Amino acid sequence: MARSRDLPLDRDGSARFLPWLVALMVYLAALTIAGGAALHDAVQTWDAGLAGTLTVELPRGTNGAGVPQDRIDATLKLLGQIPGVAQATRLDGPAETRLLAPWLGQDVDVQALPLPVLIDVQLKPGVSLDADTLAQRLRIVAPGTTVESHGSWLDRLFRIARLVQFGAAAIVLLIGLVAVITVIFTTRTGLAIHAPVVELVHLIGASDAYVARQFQWHAFRLGLGGGGIGLVMTLVSFAALKWTAQQGLLPGETALLPALHLPLAGWIAVLALPLVMGLVGLATARHTVLRTLGRMP
Amino acid sequence: MVRFENVGMRYGSGPEVLHDVELDLEPGGFFFLTGPSGAGKSTLLKLMYLAERPTRGRITLFDRDVATLSRAQLPALRRRIGVVFQEFRLIEHLSALDNVALPLRIAGQGEGRVQDHVVDLLNWVGLADHIHARPRELSGGQQQRLAIARAVISQPSLLIADEPTGNVDDAIALRLLYLFEELNRRGTTVVIATHNQALIDRFGHPVLHIEGGRLERRPGRREIPGSRELV
Ligand SMILES: Nc1ncnc2c1ncn2[C@@H]1O[C@H](COP(=O)(O)OP(=O)(O)O)[C@@H](O)[C@H]1O
Ligand SMILES: [Mg+2]
Repeated sequence: MARSRDLPLDRDGSARFLPWLVALMVYLAALTIAGGAALHDAVQTWDAGLAGTLTVELPRGTNGAGVPQDRIDATLKLLGQIPGVAQATRLDGPAETRLLAPWLGQDVDVQALPLPVLIDVQLKPGVSLDADTLAQRLRIVAPGTTVESHGSWLDRLFRIARLVQFGAAAIVLLIGLVAVITVIFTTRTGLAIHAPVVELVHLIGASDAYVARQFQWHAFRLGLGGGGIGLVMTLVSFAALKWTAQQGLLPGETALLPALHLPLAGWIAVLALPLVMGLVGLATARHTVLRTLGRMP
Repeated sequence: MVRFENVGMRYGSGPEVLHDVELDLEPGGFFFLTGPSGAGKSTLLKLMYLAERPTRGRITLFDRDVATLSRAQLPALRRRIGVVFQEFRLIEHLSALDNVALPLRIAGQGEGRVQDHVVDLLNWVGLADHIHARPRELSGGQQQRLAIARAVISQPSLLIADEPTGNVDDAIALRLLYLFEELNRRGTTVVIATHNQALIDRFGHPVLHIEGGRLERRPGRREIPGSRELV
């Protein structure tokens, strides 16, 4: 078997910092992929949670009084009669307290406050109701009622999320491109540095493919090794982020928690990065050597 | 085996080093190559082991016109040629064993055979105690024997040695020549550049003499009818 360590590539000056460069590239790519994947997951959670819901808001009385109970009842009754509505629930007590707690604190009696009444409307699956039409019908029993559809708000959010994900994909591609350029440059330099040995093995009967094998496995080991370091850095960062969140040290931790949850596909992508880096190095180095040598007489 | 027809050679835009070289080495022959320093011995050998291309004329190796060979066809041809380079060209970071094994590994031979062959041959050239030594840990003469071992390990059809006896004492030079003769008896065509007139006289093989860029073939003592066999 032709071995892959006949050229002393491991001793090149570049061999000392290249693994760290690769590690850094893998680290950045891993964070970007993790961010993109977590965002994707979060968007789907919001989608499942918010699609098919409307929020009806009954304004409080003008003189500072609360919303009259009969208006609430009439509205709930009317909602119950509309085909397509699965459930209409008044948000109050614990639910409302939960929403307002961050601003008002846990001790405030929400019931006693002259607040507008919010009704959470769950639609039957596949049904969509126009928020304006519904508002017009509800105003007959409760003047001033407004209906908020999450659809348009969610659409905007989706568009932003998709843009961010595109950006993440572009960054990962860019990192891949930088990796390819680095391998091309290193391989060409290596060929130049080792020109005497390369010429010698040619004279002894080595094919270009043999020389390519030396460089490609070197690049593979470099990608895998450097990528491994990068992966360890990534996992340490994840663990640190998670710990910080658990200690409640992050502001608005509830908003960040979904971002810390990396879906399976994200894990696979991140864990595969060193191997991908190795394979990219292997293919690029092989191609570079064969092309460079092929141009020689 | 090796045929040069009207071959001329210059490096870059420099002066022509070889002029109108005509040469026809029959298979199984043993040849000395002589000439003053700078006459073009190494250049002629480089053309022979496919390290350089002639600037004019035609070179035929193993019945193949060298000019028509594609890059992909070169390795197979080169594996039939063993070369002892004037400056050895050993690979510094490889052990003696790995240096000698290199041609076999490049040719894709099984590792079991590689080990046996290489150790035997290192024994033969007197480097049994230095199997794991790096070239820089060896003396000039030892490096030379290592270079020779690498050149002959794959039993080439054509063995080319550029002043292989330059760095060794007479006893070892004689031993190396016997090794080359042994290979020659097994069918390898041998071309050796040397300054050692005593060896040339002793072995009596035909001599290719270069001077002023021109090649002249002189018959060996063995080729002259009536001369006495010495070996
Ligand atoms: N790579 C080279 N580039 C330019 N000139 C060279 C090169 N190699 C050899 N020469 C020149 O070619 C001539 C023959 O050199 P060489 O073949 O090495 O002679 P010898 O081996 O007989 O001493 C010399 O004048 C030398 O300077
Ligand atoms: Mg010379």
